[in-house]
Amino acid sequence: MSAEATKAQERPVTLELAREFGLSEAEYTNALEILGRVPTFTEMGIISVMWSEHCSYKSSKRWLKTLPTTGPQVICGPGENAGVVDIGDGDTVIFKMESHNHPSYIEPYQGAATGVGGILRDVFTMGARPIANMNALRFGSPDHPKTRHLVAGVVSGIGGYGNCVGVPTVGGETNFHAAYNGNILVNAMTVGVAKADRIFYSAAAGVGNSVVYVGSKTGRDGIHGATMASAEFTEDSEEKRPTVQVGDPFTEKLLIEACLELMATDAVVAIQDMGAAGLTSSAVEMAGKGGLGIELTLDSLPMREEAMTPYEIMLSESQERMLFILKPGREEVARAIFDKWELDFAVIGTLTDSGNLVIKMYGETWCDMPIAPVSNAAPEYDRPWEPTPAADEVPDSVFDGYSLSLGDALEKLFACPDLASKRWIWEQYDSLVGGDTRFMSGQADAAVVRVPGQTKAVAITTDCTPRYCLADPVRGGAQAVAEAWRNLSAVGALPLAITDNMNFGNPEKPRIMGQFVGAVQGIAQACIALDFPVVSGNVSLYNETNGEAILPTPAIGAVGTLPDAMIAVGIAFQNEGDVILAIGEQGGHLGQSLFLREILGREEGPPPPVDLAVERRNGEFVRGLIHAGLVASSHDVADGGLIVTVAEMALASGVGAHLPALDNAHPRALFGEDQARYVLAVRPDAVATVQDKAKAAGVPVTVLGETRGDSLTGLGGEAISLKALKSVNESWLPDYMSAEL
Amino acid sequence: MKAAIVVFPGSNRERDAVAALEAASGTKPYLVWHRDTELPKVDLIVVPGGFSYGDYLRSGAMAAHSPIMREVKARADQGVRVLGVCNGFQIITEAGLLPGALMRNGALKFVCRVQHLRVENTDSPFTAKYAKGQIVRYPVAHGDGNYWTDAETVKRLDGEGQVAFRYVADETRADPRGNPNGSVSDIAGIFNAKRTVLGLMPHPEDAVEGLHGNTDGKPMFDGLVEALS
Repeated sequence: MSAEATKAQERPVTLELAREFGLSEAEYTNALEILGRVPTFTEMGIISVMWSEHCSYKSSKRWLKTLPTTGPQVICGPGENAGVVDIGDGDTVIFKMESHNHPSYIEPYQGAATGVGGILRDVFTMGARPIANMNALRFGSPDHPKTRHLVAGVVSGIGGYGNCVGVPTVGGETNFHAAYNGNILVNAMTVGVAKADRIFYSAAAGVGNSVVYVGSKTGRDGIHGATMASAEFTEDSEEKRPTVQVGDPFTEKLLIEACLELMATDAVVAIQDMGAAGLTSSAVEMAGKGGLGIELTLDSLPMREEAMTPYEIMLSESQERMLFILKPGREEVARAIFDKWELDFAVIGTLTDSGNLVIKMYGETWCDMPIAPVSNAAPEYDRPWEPTPAADEVPDSVFDGYSLSLGDALEKLFACPDLASKRWIWEQYDSLVGGDTRFMSGQADAAVVRVPGQTKAVAITTDCTPRYCLADPVRGGAQAVAEAWRNLSAVGALPLAITDNMNFGNPEKPRIMGQFVGAVQGIAQACIALDFPVVSGNVSLYNETNGEAILPTPAIGAVGTLPDAMIAVGIAFQNEGDVILAIGEQGGHLGQSLFLREILGREEGPPPPVDLAVERRNGEFVRGLIHAGLVASSHDVADGGLIVTVAEMALASGVGAHLPALDNAHPRALFGEDQARYVLAVRPDAVATVQDKAKAAGVPVTVLGETRGDSLTGLGGEAISLKALKSVNESWLPDYMSAEL
Repeated sequence: MKAAIVVFPGSNRERDAVAALEAASGTKPYLVWHRDTELPKVDLIVVPGGFSYGDYLRSGAMAAHSPIMREVKARADQGVRVLGVCNGFQIITEAGLLPGALMRNGALKFVCRVQHLRVENTDSPFTAKYAKGQIVRYPVAHGDGNYWTDAETVKRLDGEGQVAFRYVADETRADPRGNPNGSVSDIAGIFNAKRTVLGLMPHPEDAVEGLHGNTDGKPMFDGLVEALS
């Protein structure tokens, strides 16, 4: 390859090219003004990815700024690779959740696998050893012809990557809804731990310091991936398969070990992984944050393919690559470590005081433009939005003609795709590697992972109820945060902070933009009320195909902490004879409930109200009981309501329940999805203490019955066999996955 | 007891093995890098789980030919105890320390769950602390655990007490399923002829303390410490 051959491949830079690269006419004109000339082909490519929705957050930035991001526990909020939160004793937890939606629809195995790889890098880039992965998945209707293939590919991709890198995948959530038929959601979260004085940031410093490239070689995969993630899908999206990257978890594992080994020395000034928009975004972000310029000479950059052009190299999204700024004279220390791990290592440039991004190759300069003006000029839009109209309450007339027995209703609910056991999925994930996992998947409301070498633990959950968000984005956003907070409290953890993964449709439509704005407002309300700040996040817009948008899905990933992993309690009933208590005000809110959708066939009404003060009071009460050792089993009330919650606790161990308090209860009471509620099982001798404490705290407590036998009894005389319930619950997903198309 | 754990690029359960060995013996095991050609003087060599060299070829096939494995084989020949778990079982089988082969799981999927096993032979330092026929629970986490050998070899392994563990169903548990990978004769782990080498797919090192939900793996490490100290 030569300069001449490169130039022969480059197309003239025009408005037409800019449009192909995803820029608007106004954005193109702005680029001409900033540079005072027509950009080169390479510069045009770089500007287009920097200004893409995916990298610039141009539609969402204005609203994200309104989220609470601070608190005494926060060491680093949004803006770095991941958020950092203090867990005491000089330890921190570093975490983030990120979407890989568009690639996973086009190529599910690699899309999901590289989603896991990317989020892992965001976390270990900051100096953390990853200790857990989680994921939040949304698929289309099970009837849709692509769904089975997408489930199989995504699950296998997540497992294939996570299992090999040796980070346990400890839980997650999976929903099915026709609104995701053309746009599945794959949101992956990584949690790591680091010492507070060993956290690494991305701001470059030190004019003359070396810029070092490590990891895999660069190929042509993923060029313009960030642009793809910033547009709607159409029928021909299959043709975008070449823009999906290919993952190599083995190299990632080596990269984790090599980077952590290098970070244990004093050689590193700054580090940034190459994620979306690859070398472009890492070089620009590092230099930009440091207020410096950067000059790269790409000839010595490790390349997997021949005859690559500077444009291709700058836009490649090849995986498992990192950029370091090293202290002067430490190059050989670093090189020896990467040699040991058999990873590529190359000094590809230096920091300058010019403030410019300069790219040289084949003896010529392909890019020389000021970083700050281009970064700062990244567009920011105040897109028009309209609020979602409020829904009418669900009238009692929906029960006209309803005659299903409780047993039949439960069997139907437990076999529905959203409630069916996800064992088929989680058994494909190594949830135990590291030896610090407290619960198997499905055994607790939040995963609990011990901090390696210590007794304390991190609790982790992901939550969102998209059907609530569609009906009322503000309430739905608040509910997602409240449920995450509740799930952490239900295991006994002190909730610390969240990461938000905002998945929405096309923000250029006011209705969709209104969903986004509403969800942000709801999230902000809940975060403030619960002292639960947002420390990292990711926005995925344009999740639409042929104009059909997904349900608004602000997935919340949350972490909390426990002083001792062994304090945590799971959902499974432990012993016969424990007393079953319902904590919180028992209501009967039917709107948007799973019962209404699955049993009565109606998706309507408002989602349940979220009273954040009550949420906080009840959660703190339950956490206090768990820390006092008074609780044997604990489960929050969510999808399916009270009776489903109790049944899940019974199914988790096989110990049944006798529930005379629910004899002849109205379906609203059994299946309503009122918030801020928990079901606990406590030893009989602890009941009085719990009731006294509840009275003092002003928390309503109802005795539902006791754990007994191997069925659910006392419900109008009808005994509901756990074995039968388990059978329908466990068989839906494996049967579905093995069925012929 | 002094132990060494062989670490390949891609090993990922070496920390679990370190914790289990250190808890049982009170001594930190040596970690030996795959490029090393010598092993320290030890009583036990552990080849841990993971994805050595990515296992992009047949699992364990690359690692079996690494320099350190020549030394592991030489020590095994001298009677030093060798424990291969999961990927370690695949590696020492590929290296010829044990008969047979490990293939893709029958269901073609990775499987991670707590598995019931029956202890088939207790005449070894690995299994001396168990009762013959005892049912124990270790987790499994593998994609290529489908042990295969011909019928004649199975018969010989059984006859000579070389089958260490078999997968069993346990109808008394909430989740009673048996063989997780389709292995021949439900074999989960085997010894060499002298019962100085044990390879098994399940992870005793992830069942040694309360946090793990059960401690059925602990007797293996306690037994090794008792026999080799």
